[in-house]
Amino acid sequence: MPTVAPLDIDGHCIAAVFLNDVPHFAFADGAVHRLDNGHKTVQANDGLLAAAYDEANGRLITGGEDGKVFSVKPEGVVEELAAAGRKWISSVAAGPQEAVACGAGKSAFVRFKDGKIKEFQHPRTVEGVAFAPRGMRIAVARYNGATLHFPATDGKPAELEWAGAHTGVTFSPDGHFLVTTMQENALHGWKLADGKHMRMSGYPAKVKSLSWSARGKWLASSGAPAAIVWPFQAKDGPMGKAPLELGTRGNTMVTAVACHPSEEVVAIGYEDGMVIAARFHDAKEVMLRRPGKGAITALTWDKAERRLAFGSATGDCGIIDITA
Amino acid sequence: MSETQTQIPVTVLTGYLGAGKTTLLNRILSENHGKRYAVIVNEFGEIGIDNDLIVESDEEIYEMNNGCVCCTVRGDLIRTVEGLMRRPGRFDAILVETTGLADPAPVAQTFFMDDDVRSKTKLDAVVALVDAKHLPLRLKDSKEAEDQIAFADVVVLNKTDLVTPEELATVEATIRAINPSARIHRTQRSGVALTEVLDRGAFDLNRALENDPHFLEAHDHDHDHECGPDCDHDHHHHHHDHDHHHHDHDHDHHHHASPIHDVTVQSVSLRGGEMDPKKFFPWIEKITQMEGPNILRLKGIIALKDDPDRYVLQGVHMIIEGDHQRAWKDGEKHESRLVFIGRKLDAERLKSSFDACQAA
Repeated sequence: MPTVAPLDIDGHCIAAVFLNDVPHFAFADGAVHRLDNGHKTVQANDGLLAAAYDEANGRLITGGEDGKVFSVKPEGVVEELAAAGRKWISSVAAGPQEAVACGAGKSAFVRFKDGKIKEFQHPRTVEGVAFAPRGMRIAVARYNGATLHFPATDGKPAELEWAGAHTGVTFSPDGHFLVTTMQENALHGWKLADGKHMRMSGYPAKVKSLSWSARGKWLASSGAPAAIVWPFQAKDGPMGKAPLELGTRGNTMVTAVACHPSEEVVAIGYEDGMVIAARFHDAKEVMLRRPGKGAITALTWDKAERRLAFGSATGDCGIIDITA
Repeated sequence: MSETQTQIPVTVLTGYLGAGKTTLLNRILSENHGKRYAVIVNEFGEIGIDNDLIVESDEEIYEMNNGCVCCTVRGDLIRTVEGLMRRPGRFDAILVETTGLADPAPVAQTFFMDDDVRSKTKLDAVVALVDAKHLPLRLKDSKEAEDQIAFADVVVLNKTDLVTPEELATVEATIRAINPSARIHRTQRSGVALTEVLDRGAFDLNRALENDPHFLEAHDHDHDHECGPDCDHDHHHHHHDHDHHHHDHDHDHHHHASPIHDVTVQSVSLRGGEMDPKKFFPWIEKITQMEGPNILRLKGIIALKDDPDRYVLQGVHMIIEGDHQRAWKDGEKHESRLVFIGRKLDAERLKSSFDACQAA
């Protein structure tokens, strides 16, 4: 039977991550809380808007209202990586070779390990940034599509067009697909080899949480009363295939998803604070946390695949131990 | 289910560069009214006030992928409001200052079309600052100046000291021709009582039309009842002109295209008896679908047959919302009134089709 160790904080949780196996919770006020032999806190941004887990370097990258990018490492080590002026930094991403990307207004910035910064200006606002899993390449979500840049070279950017406002972006773990969340209730995808489009629509709400399953075989998403899980095993991705619908509930919406690091299982967080896990092949569900105060906004597995950290819009966070 | 937080009111300030937006904004931020404001600006101007929560964002107009050209929202507002609302304890209300050339429709529509924004905030009013001296010129060279007036719930007619009484009367008549239902305040240095621009509830179906004396008391042009103790001096000072002017521009004549040169926005005021809901609702739906791009705003109070309640409705382009407001009072005439503000409106066709919805 899973057990929940709660951590109640006042505020909106933006991200939950394990750094050096210690659960960290980044909040909208810029405080990063951790459970490290007791509850400890460090301050990152003055107003934290976006956070990205840098797995390779065991750190959390944050961006915020203060126009700054911070790195948060274990033991409460906080370092300012970049300052972009007075515009909000509304998206961040972590890449290879300790590179970091962020979006501020109409510019995307890439900061290399040595501190050098490269700016990519766009005619419209940079809504989301993501690094490709291999090579030094970033994708920018923007109005009417996405743009691929190659920050290490002066090569021409590649434009991927699709009408509408694209608000977030992610590469598949094998780098074959690019998927964006949209202002309308849909995802859009491109097969990068040939630019083929993938429309993933039918959501009753905006999709705000995406998670790739182990080896990128599936893409789980929020935005519906169930976790919508698209099959990406075929060479054309999910085209012509129906997604799985896992953990369907009649009276609330899925707000966060996190695929298990190795198995075909997804942790699902709901608007009412409930968390469950569901298995892909038989849709079997396990209750992990009963409804709480607010919508689940952050959900993440630890490396040992034993614990789940969750955060909510109302600050009631915690650790679920599924082996207990 | 989800947290039920109160919706934060949002006031939108529009107006051309130099009309006095920044002056009004500074007054709102500095006067002692006990409220804290988050301010979203598109141009980081000379806001002389220390306010922690001034957010600069790039105006970002998003067309929705539904084939409707007038279904536009402001992406920067969605993002900024979402960010602000994650820490709601910092402010009591939000002010959006648009650029001089901004189209107010996407701004307003953002608060109706985006579910996240809509669940956390509510549009309180669109306030247009108008420079009394330069308006005629502005109307000649831009559609936006006209749109801003057409969209406004409150028009602050500023810099009245720079024009003659005759010029002022003409400018005010022009504003009235564009927008018969906005409240106009004559000011110098944006000196309008803040209670006249904040917390107006102009989009609140329960309050919107109560704030609109022209609309409700269409036959009775007495303005005195809206002048409370906090009414600004300018207003009192010009009271005679004001009243006089309104007699000249009786409501029922507004459906004529404006005689004023350079004005392309017109309003159509419709009036009728009790409506047959089986005819009225399909009609209003069809009109807003077909004429949506041409309709900037619409407001109405409808008497439905066999319904004890007044039905109020309001719309922006194709977005329309309505609700039962309150019971008709004893002795209150069961009358339906509807005002369209827009361009290329076929007044005769609107009138005849509206009349055809009346209950037998």
